[in-house]
Amino acid sequence: MSGSFDILIVGIGGQGTILASNILGEACLIENRHVMGAETHGMAQRGGSVESHIRIGGEFGPLITPGQADLLISFDLLEALRYSHYLKPGAKMVVNNHLVLPTSVYTQKLTPPSETEIIAALKEYNLCLLDADSLAADAGSPLSANVVMLGAASSAMPMKPESLLEAVRRLVPKKTIEINVKAFESGRKAGGTF
Amino acid sequence: MERKYLLGNEAIAHACIESGVDFVSGYPGTPSSEVIDTLRTRPDRTAYVEWSVNEKVALENALAAAWCGVRALCTMKHVGLNVAADPLMTSAYTGVTGGLVIMSADDPFAHSSQNEQDSRCYAHFARVPCLDPASVQEAHDMIKDAFLLSEEFGLPVIFRPTTRICHSKGDVELGPAVMSARKGEFHKDPRQYVVIPAHTRILHKKLNEKQAAIRKRLVEKGYNRFEIRGKTAIIASGIALSYVQELLPAGVSFMKIGAYPIDEVWLGDFVGKHEKVLVIEELAPEVEECVRQVAGCVPVLGKKNGYAPYEGELSLAAVAAIMEKAGFLKKNPFPRVSPVQDLPPRPPILCSGCLHRGMYYAIKKVFKDAVYPSDIGCYTLGLQLGTVDTCICMGASITVASGIAHSGEPRDVVCSIGDSTFLHSGIQGLMNAVYNGADMVVVILDNRITAMTGHQPNPNTGATACGVETPAVSLDAVCRACGVMFVETVDPYDITGTVNVLQEAKKRKGVRVVIARQMCVISARRASVKRGRYLVDPEACTGCGTCVRFGCPAIEFSDEKAHINDLCSGCSVCAQLCPVGAIGREGKK
Repeated sequence: MSGSFDILIVGIGGQGTILASNILGEACLIENRHVMGAETHGMAQRGGSVESHIRIGGEFGPLITPGQADLLISFDLLEALRYSHYLKPGAKMVVNNHLVLPTSVYTQKLTPPSETEIIAALKEYNLCLLDADSLAADAGSPLSANVVMLGAASSAMPMKPESLLEAVRRLVPKKTIEINVKAFESGRKAGGTF
Repeated sequence: MERKYLLGNEAIAHACIESGVDFVSGYPGTPSSEVIDTLRTRPDRTAYVEWSVNEKVALENALAAAWCGVRALCTMKHVGLNVAADPLMTSAYTGVTGGLVIMSADDPFAHSSQNEQDSRCYAHFARVPCLDPASVQEAHDMIKDAFLLSEEFGLPVIFRPTTRICHSKGDVELGPAVMSARKGEFHKDPRQYVVIPAHTRILHKKLNEKQAAIRKRLVEKGYNRFEIRGKTAIIASGIALSYVQELLPAGVSFMKIGAYPIDEVWLGDFVGKHEKVLVIEELAPEVEECVRQVAGCVPVLGKKNGYAPYEGELSLAAVAAIMEKAGFLKKNPFPRVSPVQDLPPRPPILCSGCLHRGMYYAIKKVFKDAVYPSDIGCYTLGLQLGTVDTCICMGASITVASGIAHSGEPRDVVCSIGDSTFLHSGIQGLMNAVYNGADMVVVILDNRITAMTGHQPNPNTGATACGVETPAVSLDAVCRACGVMFVETVDPYDITGTVNVLQEAKKRKGVRVVIARQMCVISARRASVKRGRYLVDPEACTGCGTCVRFGCPAIEFSDEKAHINDLCSGCSVCAQLCPVGAIGREGKK
């Protein structure tokens, strides 16, 4: 069996899950570790539910098996619940406390679970809930929410925070390095060592 | 040597540069598009790179370049190879001088496709070599050999990654870029390039004579190899191999198939040393059929006797289940887990401000009870709006519409097709419909870009793949040249204007074309087009739900009122639909 550390990042097309997974991949390069991943491209990206699989130390296939993930990072409450079965028992979950209701709720008249119900269900897991959107805005740009999330999850990853920060510096647009470094650090503080 | 974390398609593109590729053509299609997107945007590019209008055109261009002795790459998705099948079949006869690699990306589970066909079957059919990578690194490494094999045997080589190679990422060892200075030169040789019957019969024989040496070389190259570890064996191909390797128990032999055709003598020898063989591969039972032919009395387990599925994509868990069923694993190491039930789905939807949504709304308003054939593009998502009744393959909106119109179906037939799809293979259908007097409306959804696959330019964009300005085709003139008498262009953000034109079209007979022209909202955002966002006046909103039913992701509904969120791109259509005028541009009363 693979000794990889498996991270699943989920969200809604357009929220920056791919950049987040690239940062993790780059951090692995910095630490000279094997890494593989798989992600959603093409039509499914258009506002749909998206997933990025990252297997740190992975040698074989890129996909994480349901029930086997070591860490789930979700940019949306509902998506956290949708993918919660991917986590190993007792594994950690870092979730942005924000809910975007899918359009299907209005067009098909479906009843979505409320934020309170979702959070109650997520509390079954080792949950770190944070308001990444406000922390990102405070750091200087709402677009840095994905980096806030990585910062919050960083203590749960088998990687040095310096490697992650260096990867952030390498991959975000030059003009936004300062904002993103701030975003990472405020996320790291909010995440604590849960 | 350099190590980078790359998408499979980026690694493939890099390997083409390391191979000194000279000529690149293709048509976008998920999961293949990022190869050309990577090559066309490289600042140090020396190769000629084009987005062609369709896959047949792309392959014929690449074939000709390879005839001139340069190295050519042609990319497409699996169904694109159907379009290019005509030149493919005979290109195996004419052969090539410079290496020709045809990348046809398969999509098990049809993540972004209309079927689950297998490009390996085409390689078998055309009798050309096929390489089938098991990982991103191998995809990279195979490309270099694909050009060498193509040149060694004078044949096109099909390179067939799947979605989980193209859209996977890994840390990849890269080699140095090679800037080729090759120039093509066409050497006239009618016996090779003019396939009249007298020539083609000889070429066919030559093609068949190459096969034995190809099989042998693929084993020598190490793409097909084995390790004997016991009395039972697993044979796996492509990405299935990486799942098997992660699970392989001690004492079980395994064989990796990464290239076709498979050497039967070599395969038979391996199978004969075992008491039971399990074959694991995605899509068609291509390896399994070969194994069955040589297995004699050795039991073969696979798709054909129900151990493995014919459909869908494999995964570690799926392979573990197959191995358990076939007696290769005592216990599945992955306990079954179920997702949380009854959550509202979040399928992909048209963007807020997408021109297609406004156009489909207007079509529905004017042609209430009609048949709506459609086509392949973002606008297939109009299924959720009730304006997509058929979708089968590129260009088939117009042809299906004329077929339905001639069948005696009494309702109006209104089909929709995007600009790129229209130029890919819609024009012939339009010409045919006019020629044969069909009674139907064609709506061309013209956003001037091939949006769904990642915003590739097309002949309607005004720029080539490499950003060189070029004359944009006139869709209006093309339609008129096909003989269409009613051709009107509308702005689908102007609902009243659009409805008026559609009503006019409804009154006429014959083939009528309405071109709905508006920039793709994603292109508009990238080009910094700014439109003020819209807001709902909660005092005026009656909560009737008209705007919510429009299905825009920027419109939400709570506490009996509509709200517009920050996804709004300012298209203004919802404001035009609101029966009480409760929606207005931000900052305006």
